Amino acid sequence: MSPKTNGAVAEAPLESVVIRFCGDSGDGMQLAGDQFTNTSALFGNDIATFPDFPAEIRAPRGTTYGVSAFQLQFSSHDIFTPGDTINAMVAMNPAGFKVNIDSVEPGGIVIVNSDEFEKNSLEKCGYEPGYNPLEDEAVTSKYKVFHVPMSRMTRESLADSTMGAKDIDRCRNMFALGVAYWLYERPLDATIEYINSYYGIKKNRPEVAEANVKALKAGYFFGETAELFPSRYTVAPAKLEPGTYRRISGNEATALGLVTAASKAGKQLFYGSYPITPASDILHALARLEHMNALTFQAEDEIAAICAAIGAAFAGDIAVTGTSGPGLALKGEALGLAVIYELPLVVVDVQRAGPSTGMPTKTEQADLLQAMFGRHGECPCIVLAASSPADCFERAIEAVRLAVRQMCPVVLLTDGSVANGAEPWKVPNVEDIPRIKIEHPVHAGLTGEQFEPYLRDSKTLSRPWAIPGTKGLEHRLGGLEKQVRTGAVSYDPDNHDEMVRLRAEKVDRAADVIAPLTVRGPASGDTLVLGWGGTFGTITSTGDKLRAMGRDVSTAHLHHLNPFPSNLGEVLRSFKRVIIPEINSGQLRMLIRAKYLIDAIGFNDVNGRGFFIDDLAERIIAVMDH
Amino acid sequence: MSNNSATTIELPTYKASDFASDQDVRWCPGCGDYAVLTGIRKALSKLQHKKEDYVFVSGIGCAARFPYYMETYGLHSIHGRSLAVATGVKMANPDLQVCIVSGDGDLLSIGGNHTLHALRRNIDLTVVLLNNRIYGLTKGQTSPTSEVGKVTKSTPLGSVDEPVNPLAFALASGATFVARSLDVDLKNFDVIYKRAMEHEGAALIEVYQDCNIFNHKAWFYASQKETRADNTLHLEHGKPMIFGKDKNKGLRLNAGSLEIVELGGAFTEEDLIVHDETNRRMAFLLTHMEHPEFPEPMGVFYVDADKPSHGARIREQMDAELARPDAGDLQSLITGDSTWEVH
Repeated sequence: MSPKTNGAVAEAPLESVVIRFCGDSGDGMQLAGDQFTNTSALFGNDIATFPDFPAEIRAPRGTTYGVSAFQLQFSSHDIFTPGDTINAMVAMNPAGFKVNIDSVEPGGIVIVNSDEFEKNSLEKCGYEPGYNPLEDEAVTSKYKVFHVPMSRMTRESLADSTMGAKDIDRCRNMFALGVAYWLYERPLDATIEYINSYYGIKKNRPEVAEANVKALKAGYFFGETAELFPSRYTVAPAKLEPGTYRRISGNEATALGLVTAASKAGKQLFYGSYPITPASDILHALARLEHMNALTFQAEDEIAAICAAIGAAFAGDIAVTGTSGPGLALKGEALGLAVIYELPLVVVDVQRAGPSTGMPTKTEQADLLQAMFGRHGECPCIVLAASSPADCFERAIEAVRLAVRQMCPVVLLTDGSVANGAEPWKVPNVEDIPRIKIEHPVHAGLTGEQFEPYLRDSKTLSRPWAIPGTKGLEHRLGGLEKQVRTGAVSYDPDNHDEMVRLRAEKVDRAADVIAPLTVRGPASGDTLVLGWGGTFGTITSTGDKLRAMGRDVSTAHLHHLNPFPSNLGEVLRSFKRVIIPEINSGQLRMLIRAKYLIDAIGFNDVNGRGFFIDDLAERIIAVMDH
Repeated sequence: MSNNSATTIELPTYKASDFASDQDVRWCPGCGDYAVLTGIRKALSKLQHKKEDYVFVSGIGCAARFPYYMETYGLHSIHGRSLAVATGVKMANPDLQVCIVSGDGDLLSIGGNHTLHALRRNIDLTVVLLNNRIYGLTKGQTSPTSEVGKVTKSTPLGSVDEPVNPLAFALASGATFVARSLDVDLKNFDVIYKRAMEHEGAALIEVYQDCNIFNHKAWFYASQKETRADNTLHLEHGKPMIFGKDKNKGLRLNAGSLEIVELGGAFTEEDLIVHDETNRRMAFLLTHMEHPEFPEPMGVFYVDADKPSHGARIREQMDAELARPDAGDLQSLITGDSTWEVH
């Protein structure tokens, strides 16, 4: 691109930028944000994203509840979160502006589609009649507001197009993207390639591809030639560990992890699921992978999904079901069946704000106690939690590995922010991923030798995984309590007590192969901030920031919630105080207090969003200084 | 791709007793389930499959205790969910012969949804619905097939619910093999069950089963020798529909409705409906023949041998996908098509 920028000053490189695109849910903000992310990742920045969709499919145009936003942070150093305050916002309409302006930092850049700030749209999103924020001195003095007539400019740039007015207007997001690319000196190539391949080839609508590319370039050139922006900015590539990188979201990583695990086990992957926000994308991803020996089953309901997975596990597949909180609630009884059958099963719960229908597109981590206890009877399951989008890959493989080793269900908790958020991921070499060794018993062939389906391995306490089709090992599994070795139905009191203990001890034995908890910062000291799940980025960044300020704060993040890592007690006791920030009312805190008798302090914001670094740091300091 | 490795070429000869597990059968003396158990053990010993390839799946109920008494692989699962579990078994290993034995409550009340969908999908399995018109295991509440006015512990004033018609429901759901049998008629059950197991697709057999403790004689009009001939009609493909002790009554279509006629007077066999197993619309009419207005048909109502099973369709898709040049290429999949290098 031409270095001549019509007088705009190229500012000193920024360390990181947080940019948010927002507009009506039909305005293509997700696509714009996605493309900006992709371009930045390919450019070499570390990125972290936060897509913010409304729950409705298409709310009435111009309303605040129909606003869809996409936020990303791109940086020249290692970042963990999509950012707390926004440095630059692109608002396609007054509703987007109204909902998001308070998150923009004072002095931040605000680029608006000025054509849409007219009387009707302004009133529709709830502004007082006659009020226009663009004319309000309180706004214009606080932010650097740039009026860009995107609607008009897009139409003008596509005056020769054969497309109708509505389709032309749909290219406004590309115009906006072009402006943002110019402002942050991003190359257009990746997006042009995407447009041509998606619209031009895949959708076979070359006129749409051409129009989008035109609009994109028009936006870029507008930035270059219009005397609107006094400055442009760059963010240099980050120094990541050398290797081949790709961008990955949590749901993508979960799907890839499951396929990898099944491949390493030499088995077919069976995924039974029912569409539910925000987990459906795992089903969509796996449904395209029959060529990788993955079989997906869209069941008629959540219960059928897990039951089919249980049947598949009995028959010898690596069996998984995926859902969100409401679905996990429905699966409770069947999970109990899997526990008493003692079959390997993975249940992925992509947590969202509850209770009940709650806020489907907002994140939360309030299913921990449900994962631990949401079944009748003494019914323990292994519980894991992913800490970031890329971590979902590791965790999914570990879930399968543990399920098979301990012959029991494993609940893998992720959440909306991790599932939909994206980050760069150093592509692993699959050869380096260890095999998952599975041995199905075969009948020795000796007469009179009775197969005992519940005879346990002395190390793992797991029973043998004998699968139908194997001669001589015919046996029946049932939901009734069973006798210790033979598996025959038993109501004997001592036997039941023993089986309850054995099933619990078997889950605990997973701790033998779980990595110890690592502490970031001093191994002992004043304050430990302990987290789990999607708060990893925020908590880690907060700890780093506090230590840079000279504070004695360490952080640790649990991937294993049941059983806990065997060194957890020791870690907790190495600090004077333990703080547990959670996006729930104190679920991990309850478990920690119950097991370790440590009076941990909870920071509990159940707001569908999570914590901000500066706010969290302030609260930790307040506790430390009290 | 299945995980089953078939190694034997020749099938061993089985006896019915090979299919009997070591468990004492705990149904009440006189229960109709005993006969079905005997019938299924005998039928399996004659079918051309290895014993280790059978999987019996059940839910909850007296009928659902069935798998424990079979010396095969079996799953006693949770109430209503046997068809969902069975679907997973069959999808994971299509070489397995999957049979569900359960009751009217398990399959039509809590399990109604799963029954509908497994039949709709035409999963290759056989459902034996032991219908005793009551909840036996929980000691005598109404079931979805109990008649209006039925007095039970949960309906002391008489049930106000209409019963569901299991075979009409099965047909409407899309089952490709629909049949009915009596617990006391082992000869016909044997024929029906074997055909159902050989059928590649979703088969449902309703068995009129007597619960002699909580709903004794509910089907006696159909099962007892004295009344069976007048109150049931034996279906045979290609044969006219004749019934009655003296085989002198028949069924004909009169202006679109079923009508019972006497033979030997104004009507002859030529006037009667000839049973056509492939006629689904007729099959619907047959499912609505209810006592006492009509004799209740016994035998195979409907068979669609041509509709591809769920497994066949999956097989076709999977074969095509596994033939792709990138099939099994895990590294390419994980790497994706949009990467960048950091040096």
